[in-house]
Amino acid sequence: MKATPQNALIDELLLRYRVEQFYIHEAELLDTRQFDAWLELLADDIRYWMPVMRNKNHGEWDDEYTREGKDLNWFDEGKFELEQRVKQIATGLHWAEEPVSRTCHMFSNLQVTENVSEGSDDTLTARCRFIVYRNRTETETDFFVGKRQDTLRDGDDGFLVAAREIYLDQSVLLAKNLTVFF
Amino acid sequence: MGGNDPRRYTGDLVNIGAGRISRDIFTDQAIYEDELERIFPRSWLFIGHESQIPDPGDFILSRMAEESVIFNRDRHGKLHVFLNNCRHRGMRVCRADTGNTRKFMCPFHAWVFSDEGALVGVPKMETGYHNELDKSQWGLIEARVASYHGYVFACWDEETPDFETYLGDLRFYFDDYCELPDGTHGDWEAFGGVFKWRVPCNWKFGAENFGGDYYHNPSHASVDAIVLSPAGVKGRHTYDAVTKARELYKLNICVTPEGHTARGELFKDDYEYLPTYQEMAVVEDYFRDCYKQRQSRLGEKARWFGHGGTIFPNVSYSNGVQSMGTWNPCGPHETEIWRIFLAPKDAPDEVKNVLRHYVIRYQGPSGLTEQDDMENWGSAHEGARGTIARRYDFHYGMGMGYERKGWPVEWLGGDVYATEDVSEQNQRAYYARWAEIMDDPPTARRHPKPAEAAE
Repeated sequence: MKATPQNALIDELLLRYRVEQFYIHEAELLDTRQFDAWLELLADDIRYWMPVMRNKNHGEWDDEYTREGKDLNWFDEGKFELEQRVKQIATGLHWAEEPVSRTCHMFSNLQVTENVSEGSDDTLTARCRFIVYRNRTETETDFFVGKRQDTLRDGDDGFLVAAREIYLDQSVLLAKNLTVFF
Repeated sequence: MGGNDPRRYTGDLVNIGAGRISRDIFTDQAIYEDELERIFPRSWLFIGHESQIPDPGDFILSRMAEESVIFNRDRHGKLHVFLNNCRHRGMRVCRADTGNTRKFMCPFHAWVFSDEGALVGVPKMETGYHNELDKSQWGLIEARVASYHGYVFACWDEETPDFETYLGDLRFYFDDYCELPDGTHGDWEAFGGVFKWRVPCNWKFGAENFGGDYYHNPSHASVDAIVLSPAGVKGRHTYDAVTKARELYKLNICVTPEGHTARGELFKDDYEYLPTYQEMAVVEDYFRDCYKQRQSRLGEKARWFGHGGTIFPNVSYSNGVQSMGTWNPCGPHETEIWRIFLAPKDAPDEVKNVLRHYVIRYQGPSGLTEQDDMENWGSAHEGARGTIARRYDFHYGMGMGYERKGWPVEWLGGDVYATEDVSEQNQRAYYARWAEIMDDPPTARRHPKPAEAAE
């Protein structure tokens, strides 16, 4: 097919569609508590990171997020640690998730760009906004709202999440815990 | 309660002799307001660690009870704790969580305060105040500050004894916490960032839990079934495997009458180091070396391995994960927990990284262990609110009458009681102190002096 502006747009739409379908599938697994199946969407070397946010004066925003690998973070872990979280829920004795939460994972404002730098073959960057709604027991309700940036690896079996950066828009966490996945 | 007896708490709502405590002390609004007036302003409260503000001009925001305070290092290197509150209309004069500055300007009418707290700038001084405002009387409100091995505490009350006296016989245990793994008083360094989060329970639930509650292990059945410890085996503590291999006393320690509490293990012999981090050579070498150095430095006292404790009223520390936290009251029904974590400043990066990963997976809202604690504190709080439920006291009687002084060894402290394994001795000592202070109404509102104006 000739590389016309229309064809480039169609390629972009197809890629975006595939990413959307991937995220819809992922949210379905999380919201139906198929956590083991969800883990299979994550690369074995995944970096799963959620910094702590700070209020900073104008012009000092570089320092707004705590640093990965150095500072305190709400999450700074890999697949093994995420697997332990899933196992803990599966014990049925993890009281913070027993009875288990009802969640709805929603995303929007999706921006997908293919990575072209050397050594990043077949990866793309997907940015979105997210709302994770959580309700538990009788009235316990939390809204986690923020921005997410993924590095997705495009393989033979579809996408794998190679890195997930989660920017929760709260400096004081208003929820009592972070037992849900983002 | 009757007549004019001011002792509403000791022996009544807090009946230590009977091992019973009224649920009202966790949920009643009037009691909460008494706490704000009687408990917090008279106590030394944890502010932060010196390493959070290493350079002149550095500041962070901290908290004392419900109120925001500025913790800063002035241009001369001196530490201050100021109420973050303009003397004119009460605006916060500092609204960034961290930064570096030589002055704090109120956004409302632009009163300017120096990094030493002095009021140095007032707009319209001539045309508005006709030069009649005495700026030296209107500096920021400053608290007393004590830096103890780099851990900084502050107190509003001039009559409260100095921090070391306030600690009493907790000094041995808090010194142990402040020591590096090699038994020296070298430098700790806080990791960047502060965990701050809200939990729907009274602030005392966390304080009493961290102060020594080995009875609550069933809370953590789920985390003990998976791998959390960096030792790479099942369980939540690095020391779990070590503990099983040794003869020891697992002790609850309470310091009377100060109401401080601690918990830990006293080995029955001078044991050799047991390999803990076999898969991480640098980390294993570091801790083995530290263990030996500590033993040779401290001798018999190296048999004590602290787990943590609570400094009355709302400061809790944990050894091992080296955390410092405060249970900040937000009304009787909510707590804003603040927590920092530290590592030995001169430890290899591998060691710091292992400690950092461990602590953020252990404690805090994403921590696999504390998540379950908070669930229980929230439920306990809810259970203290019902009209019918409040007619029935909580039971704090475990191990009553079995407290032992000067045991198992004299050097554990003169005014210290110890019980082995599970006991509510520590909770009784904590609430006895709480009740004693609550029964002592302030005679007058005390105003700390404002900082002196700059020369």
